[in-house]
Amino acid sequence: MSTVFIALQANEDTRPIIEAIVADNPHAVVNQQPAMVKIDAEDSLVVRRETIEELLGREFDLQELQINLISLSGHLDETDDEMKLYWNA
Amino acid sequence: MDMKTSSGKKLGLKEKYRHMTRGLDWETTYQKREDVFPYVAYEGIKIHDWDKWEDPFRLTMDSYWKYQAEKERKLYAIIDAYAQNNGHLNVTDARYLNAIKLFLTGISPLEYMAHRGFTHAGRAFPGSGPRVACLMQALDELRHAQTQIHSLSNYNKYYNGFHDPAHMLQRVWYLSVPRSFFDDAVTAGPFEFMVAIGFSFEYVLTNLLFVPFVSGAAYNGDMGTMTFGFSAQSDEARHMTLGLEIIKFILEQDPDNVPIVQRWIDKWTWRGYRVLTLVGMMMDYMLPKRIMSWKEAWEVYFEQNGGALFKDLSRYGIRPPKWLDQISFDKDHISHQAWATFYQYGAIADFHTWSPTEDELDWLSSKYPDSFDKYYRPRLDYWREQAEQGNRFYNKTLPQLCQTCQIPMVFTEPGDPTKICYREVDYQGEKFHFCSDGCKEIFENEPEKFKQSWLPANQIYQGNCFPDGTDPTVEGFDPVSKVLEYYNIQAGRDNLDFDGSEDQKNFAKWRGMATSNE
Amino acid sequence: MAVAAIKEYRFESADRLENFHGNQLLFVGWEDHLMFCAPFAFLLPPDFPFQALIEDVLPGAYGYHPDFAEIDWAKVEWLRSGQPFQPQLDKSLADNGLGHKAVIRFRTPGLTGIGGTCS
Repeated sequence: MSTVFIALQANEDTRPIIEAIVADNPHAVVNQQPAMVKIDAEDSLVVRRETIEELLGREFDLQELQINLISLSGHLDETDDEMKLYWNA
Repeated sequence: MDMKTSSGKKLGLKEKYRHMTRGLDWETTYQKREDVFPYVAYEGIKIHDWDKWEDPFRLTMDSYWKYQAEKERKLYAIIDAYAQNNGHLNVTDARYLNAIKLFLTGISPLEYMAHRGFTHAGRAFPGSGPRVACLMQALDELRHAQTQIHSLSNYNKYYNGFHDPAHMLQRVWYLSVPRSFFDDAVTAGPFEFMVAIGFSFEYVLTNLLFVPFVSGAAYNGDMGTMTFGFSAQSDEARHMTLGLEIIKFILEQDPDNVPIVQRWIDKWTWRGYRVLTLVGMMMDYMLPKRIMSWKEAWEVYFEQNGGALFKDLSRYGIRPPKWLDQISFDKDHISHQAWATFYQYGAIADFHTWSPTEDELDWLSSKYPDSFDKYYRPRLDYWREQAEQGNRFYNKTLPQLCQTCQIPMVFTEPGDPTKICYREVDYQGEKFHFCSDGCKEIFENEPEKFKQSWLPANQIYQGNCFPDGTDPTVEGFDPVSKVLEYYNIQAGRDNLDFDGSEDQKNFAKWRGMATSNE
Repeated sequence: MAVAAIKEYRFESADRLENFHGNQLLFVGWEDHLMFCAPFAFLLPPDFPFQALIEDVLPGAYGYHPDFAEIDWAKVEWLRSGQPFQPQLDKSLADNGLGHKAVIRFRTPGLTGIGGTCS
């Protein structure tokens, strides 16, 4: 088992994104750190556009994540609908 | 503005990425292809299909400008507010500013070097996918250098030591460590540069640099640094992803690439680890309010995260970097060894050092139960006692340096923190000295490169580190004052102990004025 | 292994002897005394007497340490490039086989730094 993670700035933009990640990844562990949030998950983690849009009540382009992203680990695959982080081994 | 198709429907991310990163190049006709791309073959890396390269974020230039502009607007709103609000007086303690001086002189100029390196690599690669990725990263790195210098220029209005980072990078003894690290990378071929900086530094080690600095800034009331740090980091996440992608791309192209890449991973993980010694010292000694110890950060960001990475890469035949046993043992030691070095050479540095307070020593004892009380606390206690008696230790004799990492030979034998580690090689009738097996092996792989190392102590002895026109043969010649002049370090203001410094007095005075009506 | 390069890659060493104007570098480390964070580099002529190293050079570099005044130089153990070495005190560096960038270490039996911690 390997851990992937995503770290985001802690601000008003990311609050619904973090909520969406938690909803879509029941296995994820959220760590609150000074001014940032680090979310760890075994093997893989997915960020879904639709979940974020429901929480936001507006259209959301996943590339908006670029603005508040701090760090991540694992292989990444991004499409219009989701961003996935994973390890192969 | 987003691209529209004739039907008015928006292109999907994958389609848009393909349109904007493929078919942008051309076949050469009146020049030979190898003359147009002269650096792509000589390192021995074989690439058969450049179109196999894909940025996993699928970022295209139009989106790039849009999001980068938004980052800049956020950043400058905060920088302005910070300056207008005298934010510098809200930091925990003026000692903290010395960590930021280290950042400005040791890190920001490297951002600029990274800009140059990615510009060069982008030009050297014939594939348009990686060229676009290198272009974005080159712009990012330039933005980082500029925003860091701009943010920190606010401190330069009030505090000493912030005045000349670019000049110092080329001259000051300890700055030859980060400088030579990047000079080594940008003078390598484009593939080695990508593995060195894109993968080993950005992917494996960058979290150790930015997360502690940025969280540290947040913990210590430094909103300016926190903001440029976060703004830079949002780019770093993309760089990390590209760093991993470049490794996979090279390894999947040809099995002959594997041993070459392995040697680069070994070399650059070790070189990057050595440079990060400075960060370890900053975390353990220079943040008045601590976030986590160097050892804890190393365990989370290198051991845990790097462990997952190298497990994943093993399917290509890549093994974890060499010398990990020593690295693992040394996590209890290197930050203390580095602080001892800067404390004693505090007369020739552009920032202040000090004796840690009792509660700081207790924190170190609790974070380093296996090493601090046994090896380091007695030394710091002794120095503090001596300083209180007016006998503060300033080492005035130049140290022996490692030929490869250029750090003074402060590191100890694997497994024995009481013995300095000495390694030497005879090459072409000359002796070369190293701090470790790692640095020795890196030299032995490229002796012609590393025998050119510009080692600051040796350069001083050669007479190359005095201002123009200096005559070292005159009666009463004082080499230290001339070297400081050459460095553009103002003796008595920028250097020496924090206790009694102008920074200390000014901060106390200004904070007093800000919180009372006197 | 050579440096990968697009054409012949040959340069001179930055620290070759001739760059030191008739002097040479000598590196000296004091074992078990890591209060001095690294070995020292000294610039000395090759005909410099070893005795003068002990009497005139080392005190300025190491004198801050309380152990330094306690050293019994007759009992000191020397290493040259990591191998046991018996310097002839009245002879020069060159006559003691110490060329440019030689490294020597000395151990002072019974003296092991602040509180015996090798500091």
